[in-house]
Amino acid sequence: MDLRDTQQEAAFRAELRAWVERTLTDEMRNGRFEDAGREWSRKLHEAGYAGLTWPKEYGGTAAPYSYQAIFLEEMARAQAPPHLGVIGLGMAGPTIMAHGTEEQKARHLEKILSTEEIWCQGFSEPGAGSDLSAVRTSARENGDSFVVNGQKVWSSFAHIADWCILVTRSDPQSERHAGLTYMVVDMRAPGVEVRPLRQITGEAEFNEIFFNDVEVPKENVLGEVGGGWQVAMTTLLHERGTLGFALTAGLESQLGKLIELAKERGANAVQRDAIAREWIGLQALRYTNYRSLTALMKTGIPGPEGSGAKLYWSEANQRVTKIALELLGPESQLMGPDAPYGGYWQHQQLRSRGNTIEAGTSEILRNIIAERVLGLPRSR
Amino acid sequence: MDFSFTQEQEELRREARGFLGANPEAPLSALRELGWLGVSVPEERGGGGLSFIEEAILFEEAGRALYAGPFLTTAVVLPALDELDERSWSVELDGLVPYLADVDCVLTEGMEVVEASGEPLPTMDETRPLGRLDQSGETFSVAVSPGFEPVRLRLLAALAVEAVGVAQKALDLAVEYVSQREQFGRKIGSYQAVAHPLADTYVETELARSAAYWAAWCVAEEDERAPVAVASAKSFAAEAAVAACERSIQAHGGIGFTWEHVLHRYYKRAQWLDAFGGHASRHRETVAASLLD
Repeated sequence: MDLRDTQQEAAFRAELRAWVERTLTDEMRNGRFEDAGREWSRKLHEAGYAGLTWPKEYGGTAAPYSYQAIFLEEMARAQAPPHLGVIGLGMAGPTIMAHGTEEQKARHLEKILSTEEIWCQGFSEPGAGSDLSAVRTSARENGDSFVVNGQKVWSSFAHIADWCILVTRSDPQSERHAGLTYMVVDMRAPGVEVRPLRQITGEAEFNEIFFNDVEVPKENVLGEVGGGWQVAMTTLLHERGTLGFALTAGLESQLGKLIELAKERGANAVQRDAIAREWIGLQALRYTNYRSLTALMKTGIPGPEGSGAKLYWSEANQRVTKIALELLGPESQLMGPDAPYGGYWQHQQLRSRGNTIEAGTSEILRNIIAERVLGLPRSR
Repeated sequence: MDFSFTQEQEELRREARGFLGANPEAPLSALRELGWLGVSVPEERGGGGLSFIEEAILFEEAGRALYAGPFLTTAVVLPALDELDERSWSVELDGLVPYLADVDCVLTEGMEVVEASGEPLPTMDETRPLGRLDQSGETFSVAVSPGFEPVRLRLLAALAVEAVGVAQKALDLAVEYVSQREQFGRKIGSYQAVAHPLADTYVETELARSAAYWAAWCVAEEDERAPVAVASAKSFAAEAAVAACERSIQAHGGIGFTWEHVLHRYYKRAQWLDAFGGHASRHRETVAASLLD
């Protein structure tokens, strides 16, 4: 057991930190989401920091997972803008590597790494949220292509995306996990319509995607026709892979801001206790990730202890943002230019309500822990 | 970065789980014969020459087994002695001494070594009695160094890892019970209202484990973050253990509320662990001061 960086890890961290200090400008940090994100993503790729854990044959660095963890920690520390290619790098790319043909790999992987093409995810539907097997978006075979009709929802990046990973029902007679087909869809194809979905914060970070007789060539199917469920599971596995580190890094950055706020505005004894509680929980979360990461690096499989990271993080982020509003007092109700810190905390607090819903609701995560980790009898 | 135990450490854990599980009331001398006292004391002073990490494994397993002897208090004092001795030890904190009637000597916060004589008091956790020192007790001239702070850090880290052992056992008991018990024709563990609180216990126990091992590592390495790490770990793990026991009692239903069932003993130990050395909120104030003042 040694909780310090190894020599190589420390060197990587120092080099990365110096690069970020040289490269990340305040304009990029505070700039408009898309423009700032594009420029930052391009710089990350040029410096070789995109696809750190991707195999070399696909243009990655094949670095150990600990490097990815260090990368995420340093990005949070520097308050860098998000990488616009998160869905491509973290979900579409690994799924194409696992299930794609050589042609699909050659067509997509390089452009994912460079963020030349941005990806979005078409999984959830109005009638298929936690229960993905209830997907109804149809894909009807028609010669060399499929004709897709249906509606997807809660797609981040869809308004700027070039490609979509899409789960469809290709066999209209099928039920649940059978008869699903996974395909990649050109977001500029005729019949694809993206509508912003205005959320509780007032902004539109997610979208609805409508497919109206969209023709998708058969060569865009990932895996087998009818074998979409297995392919979708690969995507979700990768969604939850090093997610814990990204979330913990985000919470650390959030808590740093909370501590600054408490120092500026003052905190009473109850608030001090609440802040200390969250900081302690953050350390526990961080070291739980390290334990899970050590297991991943030694055995190739992340340890079960990491399965609670998203569950704990989501509730912690909700508490942290609530404490911030309490520190702001009645002024916490101001929005717009008069709001303290430009309304940052108001926005964060409202946004945090989504944390226990997106990427696996807390209820689903508790089911997974109960059944797959603790081995309790199934609830259904 | 490597957050895992070595094969030798895992072997020590297996050995400790086997022995303490079968002999939770073994005398302290039996643990001494196994080489489990002074594990982290350098060999030249007669110790085991290992680290506080190995000691932490033993504390965790002692918690899991609800070991009844003065192992924890003796083990955290021994590294402070200039020369290892065969006496059993306790410490005085907030005017209270664990195992007063069972040990030879007591180390006070003022680094005085006094004879363990005084008044044993009835306690909620009968396996870990407390007492008050007799003011007229004899003072020994045993060389101890350097101050009480390293002893306090070891003690708080030890209480944290012990709490992890208690929380895990309470969870194991609950999982076993709800996987067998049937009501309305179904195993009760299949009801989400029963299962979800146990999922929360799992998450909290794993977080507590990480915090406790982090604290133990900081103590072993004499890391500058040790005071904040032990305050963090002790407060988080003790509260997690109390909550784990409470949820386990609830999952057991009526049987969990009886004297006959073992759970109340774990529950009382968990509360003892939270209380001794100061409840969680006291340690959170230490953490808050380090962050905000």
